[in-house]
Amino acid sequence: MHRNDFVRQLSSPGGDRRPSRIMHIDIPLLLILIALCSIGLAVLYSASAESIFYVKRQATFMFIGLFAMIAIAQFQPRLWERWSIFIYLCGLLSLVAVLFFGVGAKGAQRWLDLGVTRFQPSELMKIAVPMTLASYLGKRHLPPRFKHVTIGVIATLIPVLLVARQPDLGTSLIIFSSGFFALFLAGLGKRYLLSTVLLVMAAVPTMWFYVMYDYQKQRVLTLLSPEQDKLGAGWNIMQSTTAIGSGGLSGKGWTEGTQSQLNFLPESHTDFIIAVLAEEFGLIGVLGMLLLYLLLIGRCMIIALNAQSMFGRIMAGTISLTFFVYIFVNMGMVSGILPVVGAPLPFISYGGTAIVTLFLGFGILMAISTEPKRI
Amino acid sequence: MRDSTAFSDPARERIMFARRLLVTAVLTLLLTAVLIARYFDLQISRYEDFATQSNNNRVLVRPVAPSRGLIYDRNSKLIADNRPSYNLTIVPERSENLENLLADLGAIVSISERDIQRFRKRLKQRRPFAKTSLRFNLSEEERAVLAVNGHRLVGAETSARLKRFYPDGELFSHVVGYVGRINERESKTIEAIKYSGTDSIGKIGLEKFYEQQLLGQVGSEQVETNALGRVTRVLDKNKTGAVSGDNLTLYLDSNLQQVGLEAFKDKRGALVAIEIETGGVLAMISAPSYDPNLFVSGISQKNYDSLLYSQDRPLFDRAIRGQYPPGSTIKPMFGLVGLQHNIVTPSYKINDNGYFYFKGIERPWRDHNFARGGHGDGVNLAKAIVESCNIYFYGLGVKTGIDLLSDYGAQFGLGSTTGIDLPGEKRGIMPNRAWKKGSRGQSWFNGDTINTSIGQGFMLATPLQLAVMSARIASRGEVRTPQLVKAINGQPQPILQAEQDITISDRHWDYVHRAMENVVHSSRGTARSINKGLTYKIAGKTGTAQAISIGAEDKYDSTKIAERQWDHALFIAFAPADDPKIAIGLIVENGEHGGSAAAPIAREVIDAYMQSNSSTVVTER
Repeated sequence: MHRNDFVRQLSSPGGDRRPSRIMHIDIPLLLILIALCSIGLAVLYSASAESIFYVKRQATFMFIGLFAMIAIAQFQPRLWERWSIFIYLCGLLSLVAVLFFGVGAKGAQRWLDLGVTRFQPSELMKIAVPMTLASYLGKRHLPPRFKHVTIGVIATLIPVLLVARQPDLGTSLIIFSSGFFALFLAGLGKRYLLSTVLLVMAAVPTMWFYVMYDYQKQRVLTLLSPEQDKLGAGWNIMQSTTAIGSGGLSGKGWTEGTQSQLNFLPESHTDFIIAVLAEEFGLIGVLGMLLLYLLLIGRCMIIALNAQSMFGRIMAGTISLTFFVYIFVNMGMVSGILPVVGAPLPFISYGGTAIVTLFLGFGILMAISTEPKRI
Repeated sequence: MRDSTAFSDPARERIMFARRLLVTAVLTLLLTAVLIARYFDLQISRYEDFATQSNNNRVLVRPVAPSRGLIYDRNSKLIADNRPSYNLTIVPERSENLENLLADLGAIVSISERDIQRFRKRLKQRRPFAKTSLRFNLSEEERAVLAVNGHRLVGAETSARLKRFYPDGELFSHVVGYVGRINERESKTIEAIKYSGTDSIGKIGLEKFYEQQLLGQVGSEQVETNALGRVTRVLDKNKTGAVSGDNLTLYLDSNLQQVGLEAFKDKRGALVAIEIETGGVLAMISAPSYDPNLFVSGISQKNYDSLLYSQDRPLFDRAIRGQYPPGSTIKPMFGLVGLQHNIVTPSYKINDNGYFYFKGIERPWRDHNFARGGHGDGVNLAKAIVESCNIYFYGLGVKTGIDLLSDYGAQFGLGSTTGIDLPGEKRGIMPNRAWKKGSRGQSWFNGDTINTSIGQGFMLATPLQLAVMSARIASRGEVRTPQLVKAINGQPQPILQAEQDITISDRHWDYVHRAMENVVHSSRGTARSINKGLTYKIAGKTGTAQAISIGAEDKYDSTKIAERQWDHALFIAFAPADDPKIAIGLIVENGEHGGSAAAPIAREVIDAYMQSNSSTVVTER
């Protein structure tokens, strides 16, 4: 019966005939994304010491992402629902491959070298995990039963652990939360919620002693007292909080941030770019950007509510929540309330793969959003 | 749960989903509120703290080194200058790995083991983030190599600073002294702030004595630095300029100094010439000398050892620290005491057969200087001065008594520091009863008085004291403190003169001045060898000081003893004799005879002085 839910009625006479519907473009979503990208490029220009090179490269990835998003939006959600398990398995396979053949930098093995280009399987899993779970749970009676929950948890934890081993704690956290959100939105029972909390609590010491590397532990310790190690790991946090704090209400002005322009702020164009924005545009800038993010998430939630299928709902809801996790982890880490994990700020931080992945996610959202209503 | 499964349908699932989504939306808003609270806390509540911290990060208050005061001679000839010099400095906090940096630097400029040793020592004394010097005096080529490789030598930097330079080399080394690197001991006593712009301090001589005036005031400027410590720009506000140190103008005359030092040739000794009218020091020489420039940026161990262990002791400032028995040079002074207190009169004469017997003592005192059976009959005070008769002065001394001799000796500047503006002056010894009791724990004997009356025995004086004594005789008892600095920043310094002159009658001065003139100008004067071709008159007195003691019956024979045990030759003089302008005290170590070894040096200096003074008059016209 539910298979019928997903039949798309392309030539329904009562169907929406607006161009955006035909092009499968969600206009509000697109506008917000363009606004975020523009802000991102402006901040990046300042953060990269006014380098046109970085800005051009980032803009190029943004265009690629935009086109990829619109391209993906043309496919019916049903297609993604069907293919999700294959995408998931491919991703899992390449994660295992990374363990053996991966290349990387700074002590982490994250990429697969495909000759022409490099490919980061963990990025793929950010989409594949919620998609697979949405697809799997969407077909069941909800709330999910024990068996389905177990399968969902296992499907989440395998990539989480593989990515954590690379090591890439930030991405692993994102994948974990996306799996959790999918289960939660599918109506995960209160008992399961309770046990998840317990599981996480049990996982913390286990992770500390068996999974986390020394430098990761150091980051946590540094969060607790950055002054202990002023020139080492604490440097980043002290400099970033100083950058944010010294921005004040209205900031020092674009390209006028002393912390970022004089290189006191490390990683200023990647993970710590929010500090540049906060220093140069002040609290007003931070609030403005948060507002855009919330608008984006709000729009995604509306899409989720209005989605035609349970797959669409869970998928759209999960993507919007995961998106928020990105923001929260990044802004929390840079402002010193969370440990430093490698987590970029969506659409603002420099990084091609992350940008494209984000757009792919929003492409699926657009597909869900523009799916014609069923009778 | 089972119930909900049983009754599940799409509408119900949708409602459930909407509820769940609402929960997450609320959670999202709550967490966003947490973020906003955090950013509000950082950017609004703690804004001041972070704004300050961010400024502290980038704004560095950098000391601006004042340039050290210059030193000029009396004719405005520059004798201590500042010249730019380039050092290689390191801020270890800025470098990723100090050892690698040192190795990299060593590969492109020459850095010795010793440079590195000294650098490590300096590292321990410095303030955090302070530049620490590794190499000094970089050549132009080395600077170029460092500039080209600068980008990969993070933490290292070439910095220019002014370095002391003494253009005349060894000419003024003892008197002007030199500056050197602040050492560990000094760094504990100085005010760190004052020296934040420099790493040099006056070590000896005038450079040390006038350190506070020469140093100047350190200024400060704010500079913006990036995280690597490189200065990106200078912020003009809050800038306080450095104030240069005071310039010193000395009484010293380069020309006299030059003539004097050359006159010593390879002999050891010291000469001090004083301008009588002011007490200003015209020349102050200690020979042999050395090049003070060697010390300015750290002398090499090899050079230092060769100076330190040289038998000639070039580092020893004989002029103010060398203490010698003044010998017969004190005779005019004691003669004045005898005349003033009526112990002798010009008509009083003795018969000198070469021996002096004192009641109760079997052993006679002999005249070592003149052992040809004595000076003969009719030796009066004038003759005793001119021919330097010891026997006469033995008698005079015993009759005057040590108390008076010592009292006058002190008035003429013996036995205590003269108060010259130099550090480390020695006081010499003008012995008396109290002194002997204090230092030897013994009573004073007449034999001690006899030795003292010819400037031997316990008596010791520095060449500076001899010159002061000579000046006080020449000025007829005017007591002035010898001074080197004539003016500070063009501001003339006061002449330091005692209110009370030494009380001696004019006729006695006349008498003794005439006798001293005859030491040079009469046919029997002990310094007659220097009177050839003199167009003016010099008054003087020779002296000989035993470097070793010789028994009463032994004759001093230079052929029998090592050169370095030969007698010291001394000479005091002033000129022109009838209107004295310049007074001199000098010693030539192991020069044997004051008349032959010391007096000619004095003549050369006085000649030079007379010449320059008459030429000054000519130019004034």
